[in-house]
Amino acid sequence: MLAFIIRRLLILPIILIGVTLLIFSMIWMLGPERLIGTYVKSPEALKSEKAVERLIQKYGLDRPAPEMYVKWLGNVLKGDFGYSNVGRQGVLQSIMELIPYTFELALYALIPVVFVGIWLGVIAGSHQDKPLDHGIRIFAIIGWSLPDYVFGLLVLLVFYSYLKWFPPGFLSDASMKVMREGPWKDITHFVTIDAILNWRFDILWDAIRHLIAPLLTLSYLWWAYILRITRSSMLEVLRKDYVRTARAKGLSEKVVINKHVKRNALIPVATVSGGMIVQLFAGTVIVETIFARPGLGRFTATAAVTLDYFSVIGAALFFSLILIVTNLIVDISYALIDPRIRLS
Amino acid sequence: MAMKTESRRILKKLVKNPTAMLGIFLLVFFIIVAILAPVLAPSEPGKDPFKMLPAKTAEGKMIWSSNPIAPDSTHPFGVIGKYDVWYGVVWGTRSAFKIGLIVSIISSIIGIIVGSISAYFGGWIDEILMRITDMFMAIPFLVAAMIMTTILGKGLDKVTIALIIFGWMQVARLIRGNILQAKEEQYVLAAKALGIRNFWIIVKHLLPNTIFPVIVQISMRMGSLVITAASLSFLGVGAEIGYADWGTLLNYARNYMMQLDKSWFAVVYPGIAMVLFVLAWNLVGDALRDIFDPKMRA
Repeated sequence: MLAFIIRRLLILPIILIGVTLLIFSMIWMLGPERLIGTYVKSPEALKSEKAVERLIQKYGLDRPAPEMYVKWLGNVLKGDFGYSNVGRQGVLQSIMELIPYTFELALYALIPVVFVGIWLGVIAGSHQDKPLDHGIRIFAIIGWSLPDYVFGLLVLLVFYSYLKWFPPGFLSDASMKVMREGPWKDITHFVTIDAILNWRFDILWDAIRHLIAPLLTLSYLWWAYILRITRSSMLEVLRKDYVRTARAKGLSEKVVINKHVKRNALIPVATVSGGMIVQLFAGTVIVETIFARPGLGRFTATAAVTLDYFSVIGAALFFSLILIVTNLIVDISYALIDPRIRLS
Repeated sequence: MAMKTESRRILKKLVKNPTAMLGIFLLVFFIIVAILAPVLAPSEPGKDPFKMLPAKTAEGKMIWSSNPIAPDSTHPFGVIGKYDVWYGVVWGTRSAFKIGLIVSIISSIIGIIVGSISAYFGGWIDEILMRITDMFMAIPFLVAAMIMTTILGKGLDKVTIALIIFGWMQVARLIRGNILQAKEEQYVLAAKALGIRNFWIIVKHLLPNTIFPVIVQISMRMGSLVITAASLSFLGVGAEIGYADWGTLLNYARNYMMQLDKSWFAVVYPGIAMVLFVLAWNLVGDALRDIFDPKMRA
């Protein structure tokens, strides 16, 4: 077990260096002429060809690639990711400011995925080929085929334009005013939790009202996915001999499913959960853009459209950090759950 | 021989499976739409049909106002941002096939090459290739494609390149795993003993026996690749403005986000096209997976 964790931790720096190499080579592909535009604040500085030459030399953009990489990596390690035009401050500061919003959205999205997805999967699996199973499967396959941005726009169309239930955005103006002018203390930077801690249930309700539609959009794909995986692994486990033994002992179907089948059937669900968490974070790019919520996702999208290279690259580094850390945690906890991996 | 009987077995099973038949039916429908695009939505003669021109009124005048126009007899799917939605959906089918096929075929070939070299030779070659694969997998796909298109610039060709660069890894891993298993089989050892060259062992013996799961993956990925490409266009970093592409149409709808009730048709029609397209590939892929899965064979 320890050897497994150590091996996994030893690979970590290699992958991290690999990612920075990959991302750096993208920066490098931009070429000095385009890169220089991200260093200067006013277009006047780039008027003459000579000025451009001088700036390229000043920032060392004409140096060989390995030298530039080392310098860039040094800056990144110091926390200097460059200036973000979208955030109107350093890239790192912008990202740090936006992370709580995105974490709040992505982490809450896990709740319906785990509960609804697994619950429906267990029902479908234990009623194989009955109408209930067919209904759930049709839901799953349609859900899995519906792109999140199409679904998000439809949600906006129905629940905002038509029913006027869930407004887009982050909070209503009134709540924003309270947060700006007080009485309000930022404690966790998660607005739902802060609202409870500040004893402002009106703001909590306001935040939830703004969260429902984005959460639905971000997570329904994964309800369908987890459902499918739970179902097929239920079917596999149900065919095992020990299940037959349990039934032969005269245990009720409910006990067989809950005590004997479910636990083993959920192991494959645990394996895909890492990928799912990462995809939920990546999905915020689309969801935050559609619902006009502040966050890392919308920051990335806006930066990409406005060609704010350093912001895009900084955001990409953060997304891959999330991916690498999540995978590490999942791998280790998976080894803890399943003894077969620990031993090999 | 083995491949022929295997293909026949698969075909027989596909025909018997109703959901797979629905998928095949939908695919045939989309292929027909793509082929008949010039008939269904005639383009201006002598112009690139993929570059949409402003829609025309019933009298043949160009529409210059960018207000959305609800569906009527001249524009069955309505007009969004000056462009005819029907035209965009029909020609968008061609764009979807183009990007889906090119990306999935080229990225699969890269994946097959990397995966088979890695598995067959093993040792440090395997270690290096797999670490490179890990590296490419360490950036979420959508984010990676976004940076790539930001750097390469707009255009469907750039989107294609971006998706290929970050799209070969799963196939490489799959092929590697399969070949690692097949490598120890008797027939491979026999071929080796006979002194057959490595290249031919991989191409003639290993790949035919490991390729079917890749075909499943290609068909499952066709849909998601088209969706990712369209999502880049939707975000505004994909196809050029005015390119006949489903995601571009949704991008126009986005400009009327707060009054979607006046532009619902620009979401609903391209949306339906996308859902059905992806559904078709998913159904076929699902059926193929069940057929290939030895656990389900029994």
